[in-house]
Amino acid sequence: MSNARANILARLREVAPQADTAVPEPAAPPIEALSHADQVDRLKRLMEAMHAEVYLTDSGNWTAVLKDVLRQRSLNGLLYAPATPIGTTLSESWESDLPPLVGYDQVVEQSKERLFGIDAGITSTKGGLADVGALILWPTPHEPRLMSLAPAVHIAVLEAANIHDSLADAIAREHWQDKMPTNALLISGPSKTADIELVLTFGVHGPKELIVLILDD
Amino acid sequence: MANPVTVDFPRNFTKALNDGQLRRNLRAAMDTLGLRRRNLFSDPEAFEQLRARGDAIRRRALSKLPQLLEQLERKCTENGIQVHWAETPDEANRICLEIMQRHNATRVIKGKSMVSEEMHLNHFLEERGIEALETDLGEYIIQLDHETPSHIIVPAIHKNRDQIARLFHEKIPNTPYTEVVEELNAIARKILREKFFAGEVGVSGVNFAVAETGTLCLVENEGNGRMCTTAPPVHIAVMGLEKVVERLEDVPPLLRLLTGSATGQLITTYFNMISSPRKPDEKDGPKEVHLVLLDNGRTQIWADPELRQTLKCIRCGTCLNHCPVYTRLGGHAYGYVYPGPIGSILTPQLEGLENAGAMATASTFCGACEEVCPVKIPIVDILRRLRIEAYNKVDSPHAVKGHGYKVNAMESLTWKGWALSNATPWVNALNAKLLGLLGPQLPRLPAPDIVKKWTQSRTLPKFASKSLHVLAKEKGLSDE
Ligand code: SF4
Repeated sequence: MSNARANILARLREVAPQADTAVPEPAAPPIEALSHADQVDRLKRLMEAMHAEVYLTDSGNWTAVLKDVLRQRSLNGLLYAPATPIGTTLSESWESDLPPLVGYDQVVEQSKERLFGIDAGITSTKGGLADVGALILWPTPHEPRLMSLAPAVHIAVLEAANIHDSLADAIAREHWQDKMPTNALLISGPSKTADIELVLTFGVHGPKELIVLILDD
Repeated sequence: MANPVTVDFPRNFTKALNDGQLRRNLRAAMDTLGLRRRNLFSDPEAFEQLRARGDAIRRRALSKLPQLLEQLERKCTENGIQVHWAETPDEANRICLEIMQRHNATRVIKGKSMVSEEMHLNHFLEERGIEALETDLGEYIIQLDHETPSHIIVPAIHKNRDQIARLFHEKIPNTPYTEVVEELNAIARKILREKFFAGEVGVSGVNFAVAETGTLCLVENEGNGRMCTTAPPVHIAVMGLEKVVERLEDVPPLLRLLTGSATGQLITTYFNMISSPRKPDEKDGPKEVHLVLLDNGRTQIWADPELRQTLKCIRCGTCLNHCPVYTRLGGHAYGYVYPGPIGSILTPQLEGLENAGAMATASTFCGACEEVCPVKIPIVDILRRLRIEAYNKVDSPHAVKGHGYKVNAMESLTWKGWALSNATPWVNALNAKLLGLLGPQLPRLPAPDIVKKWTQSRTLPKFASKSLHVLAKEKGLSDE
């Protein structure tokens, strides 16, 4: 057994506290509280600038919008989470001319081929961030992590009421520190890189397309 | 480190300065990065306020470092993350190896991590029969060419697209030559997707580790970081022990400073917060998550109040982009893992002045790095401190490793003479007169070795026949 831990902590403890090391902390600059309409607008605009495809719809119409989007593409299937509210809505209203719905219902070890082979996946979101244009995802046992990562197209459903002004705001309001999930995630667009001559290109490792349906009632 | 690298700075610098292609690649890239950052932080007042917060948050975290590390360990352990401590890179490598061997892993996929570079992890694993594949596109490119990163954010920035096109064509079987960036991307995507699928262990770095919640934060654009930390059954995160922050609410301002400074983005495509391994009812994610905390000299740096500020660094790379030395040389000339201004203060402290002290001389003291640093690290003061300690044995437990290695009679004498000359008017006047008389003859005289070296990549100044004092007097001005 190595003594690294004890040695490191002993070295740190040996040093007398240094009064000059901490400095007064300026408060967070007041964030202008955005109106609901501004939140939606801003999030949409910023995400579109990052090449996400964003549709505004409402809870009565979103499946129709989704179906249109899917019919414009030729996809071999749509990975979905059967045991979630959006999963139920989808399976109840699915039509035969659409890419088949494929449930993520087995552990990854038994479904890796399928996860990496399917063209699209659809997930819900926990919320959005207006100031930077990002979605918040907290994958759950019903809606696992790879759904928003392995397929080339990620479709995300966002309820406009869950958009926060900023990340700081989301953390403070929802007390994230008391309940961090296995993996929390912010997503602002399709996967991208600028590693070759700083030229921005999309779809390097994660999804090549991000389609966001904002449900605003 | 067990076997310190010897770096031939003069040779590296001459080579870099004579490489026109490299200089063009760098110039274009650094100008773009600088511009993007300025556009993002366009309101100077708001930016200053944000910087002050970033500075304060990092100072607070460092001021409580021992407590926070223990809290981080406790929280992570409660969450099911296994925490390991390593004093040296070798120890950290062995911890990683042992975990991989326990899982019979032969294929490891890696996200970008400067600490793993500091550990030379890939090389260590390869020697023991484990393939470690870099999956960040930039890292993948340079790994194909057996190079190391030349920039801490954009590792392949020294290469342009024709160079990358040729590399892909030569090194990846059945790859046609293409300079189209999208196509190069698609080639890498195809290959790396197969690797993500098959990877047995994923290795990543950590941008911030939150003590309050035991959360590891990862900032990235490509999705390879998510892949490496989600798809394989085991995830190993390696981090320098200074990366800890106290509270979750400390993260948003630091994240903004990091992405804004690094690439001029409001936020990256992905911000990943990992707080535990897969729970019993979850369907994916690694079953084991390990966190390796590396010291490698950081506790020594931390013990000194001035040097401690080095550890505030959030590795945004912006000091590189604004440094007149880095932008002309690129990262490889520095010869060590961390280049540019941050490398010039961090490396000599990690490796010892006797090994890497020369890095602290790769600066013009112009202060550009300090002006842009989002967490206000006094880079220039620390550089000066390192240069001074290189020449002086210091009687303090916090002296920089290898202090006094340059103590040299000839140089001390020269500087003593210089000081005397400047403090004594008549000596100074005599010197000026002598230089005025002899100066113009200098280029014709056989130059001593030291001058020859100096003039290899610099022009020898011309000495005026009359000094400023004399000229001023002739014009009837008082030179007092
Ligand atoms: S020293 Fe400052 S500017 Fe340089 S990488 Fe670190 S945080 Fe960024």
